[in-house]
Amino acid sequence: MAVQSDIVDDAGPYDRAKALSAFKLGDMTFYWITRLSAISVLLILGGIILSLIVGAFPAMKEYGLSFLWTQRWAPSADPPVLGALGPMYGTLVTSFIAMLIAIPVGLGIAIFLTELCPQWLRRPIGMAVELLAGIPSIIYGMWGFFVLGPFLANTFQPFMIKLFDGVPVLGAIFAGPPSYLSLFNAALILAIMVLPFITSISVDVFKTVPPVLKEAAYGVGCTTWEVVRSVVIPYTRVGIIGGVMLALGRALGETMAVTFIIGNSFRISSSIFAPGTTISAAIASEFAESDGLHQSGLILLGLLLFVLTFFVLAGARLMLLRLEKKAGK
Amino acid sequence: MNFIKTIVAAGLVAASTSAFAADITGAGATFPFPIYSKWADAYKKETGNGLNYQSIGSGGGIKQIQAKTVTFGASDAPLKAEQLEKDGLAQWPMVMGAIVPVVNIEGVKPGELVFDGETLASIYLGKITKWDDAAIKKLNPNVKLPSDAITVVRRSDGSGTTFNFTNYLSKASADWKSKVGEGTAVEWPVGVGAKGNEGVSGNISQTKNSIGYVEYAYAKQNKLTYTGLVNKAGKPVQPTVEAFQAAASNADWAKAPGYYVILTDQPGEKSWPITAATFILMHKDATDKAASQEAIKFFRWAFKNGGKAAEELDYIPMPDSVVQLIEKTWAAEIKS
Repeated sequence: MAVQSDIVDDAGPYDRAKALSAFKLGDMTFYWITRLSAISVLLILGGIILSLIVGAFPAMKEYGLSFLWTQRWAPSADPPVLGALGPMYGTLVTSFIAMLIAIPVGLGIAIFLTELCPQWLRRPIGMAVELLAGIPSIIYGMWGFFVLGPFLANTFQPFMIKLFDGVPVLGAIFAGPPSYLSLFNAALILAIMVLPFITSISVDVFKTVPPVLKEAAYGVGCTTWEVVRSVVIPYTRVGIIGGVMLALGRALGETMAVTFIIGNSFRISSSIFAPGTTISAAIASEFAESDGLHQSGLILLGLLLFVLTFFVLAGARLMLLRLEKKAGK
Repeated sequence: MNFIKTIVAAGLVAASTSAFAADITGAGATFPFPIYSKWADAYKKETGNGLNYQSIGSGGGIKQIQAKTVTFGASDAPLKAEQLEKDGLAQWPMVMGAIVPVVNIEGVKPGELVFDGETLASIYLGKITKWDDAAIKKLNPNVKLPSDAITVVRRSDGSGTTFNFTNYLSKASADWKSKVGEGTAVEWPVGVGAKGNEGVSGNISQTKNSIGYVEYAYAKQNKLTYTGLVNKAGKPVQPTVEAFQAAASNADWAKAPGYYVILTDQPGEKSWPITAATFILMHKDATDKAASQEAIKFFRWAFKNGGKAAEELDYIPMPDSVVQLIEKTWAAEIKS
């Protein structure tokens, strides 16, 4: 026994230390691999911002802050006159209209799917929404160009133009002539493109509402509408806003589909049926054949989009915080 | 600030050179890409020597040759003589194309309408907004024109086509010159922008009462309704290979240093007013002389045997008189 215990005493600590150190090595490796992965994200992000700033610097120096409120975009003038107002306006307006359409429709689909839809219909509608998310944006662009654009220009736009003719403000927003390529057409395509994001995230969060809450509400005699309005939506508000933010980020940056159907005009028009451009469409169109100050101006536009997206998302988060305070959570 | 493009293109070129050590490398304009590849194929079959051409755009081509990453650069817009001198480059026109106005009006057939430069400029300035405007009617007394609004279509991307088109409008209209000017991307007063020749063609076919401008090849292949133009001599001409060659041969190549000739608005009764050459740029004193000589051999072969292939793709071969001038330039400028 003594002998054996000797062996154990000798071997014990030795083996234990060895075993532990082996674990330690594995642990450390694992720790550092994950840590480096996390840091690399920050490095990549920092690198992108830095290279954008470096690339945009000549244009910043040349135009300064006036870049933000100059509407002229004349790369061939000598010296080039560049201003971001047109593309910035187009980006915000198309995203805003897209959200105006996509949020109610997307939430409507989600509510129908989770609360009202008969079982047999649930799968096909859910699949259709998922498929909508899977369509490449170039296909949306082509469809918008060949099908939706002509349809809108021949039917919907003339109707709206006539309807609001002579009405102050609205008359200017829906002014003619009808056009295949316009801000509104691009916004409508964007709305269809971001619909699946809003719907699928909303469906997921609606499913997290405890059945007890809903049943209690039904139990005291609420209608489905009242349950959705006072139980489901308040309970899942954070998730819904998250989905909307994702969708908005997608809408702000969408390039290919928009380039096809927005008309690529840097001039700002009060009418949403006039051609316009967005930041990403402008960069995609002109970057390949640009140089010098023109190229720097385009990179500065990219930087602006980066900042714009950041502010929009930050703004959405702030809203979220205020909502939560109001709800007294 | 072209470093991203340079790195990418250099990477591509490097990758291709390592694979085929004997290849000539070139980069630049997208417009001549189809014909350069066709020539390269035929040349490889005949001689076994390959050519690797990257169509990255004229601006990129100029950058690449300046950075000496390629044997030759290709550009739709020629460099001025002083710029060539500064970079030690030789330049010559390789093949030509033409730009034609295209329209889509109910009942109007190809070649039926005629514009002059002034009218075309007024349409693109937004001064003429209806098809039955007096200025258009005066040029086309026998064509039935609708009173509908004109949808103006132009390129949204920077392009050599736009450079040549706006150069012509600047020559034809003082108003255009002062308000818009020329360039690969300009400040368009009106209209919708479409990406590439194919985008403009697509828009024109889709949109009633529209007008646009495309490379002749696109108009022909897509059966678009092209129009005639009144040339510098005051004669209405139709876009034909003959008219394009007339414009090229009437141009005064011999007196132009670096062949800096923009073929728009050339004299001559038969000349088509918006013809455009695409240019090749090479270092006079290249670091890799062997590659330079190989490239010259290829270009010589293309001038001699490539005419038919060019015409098949709706390009216009350079007239013989110009080719002889270019041969002299090679002998004088490119060091072997």
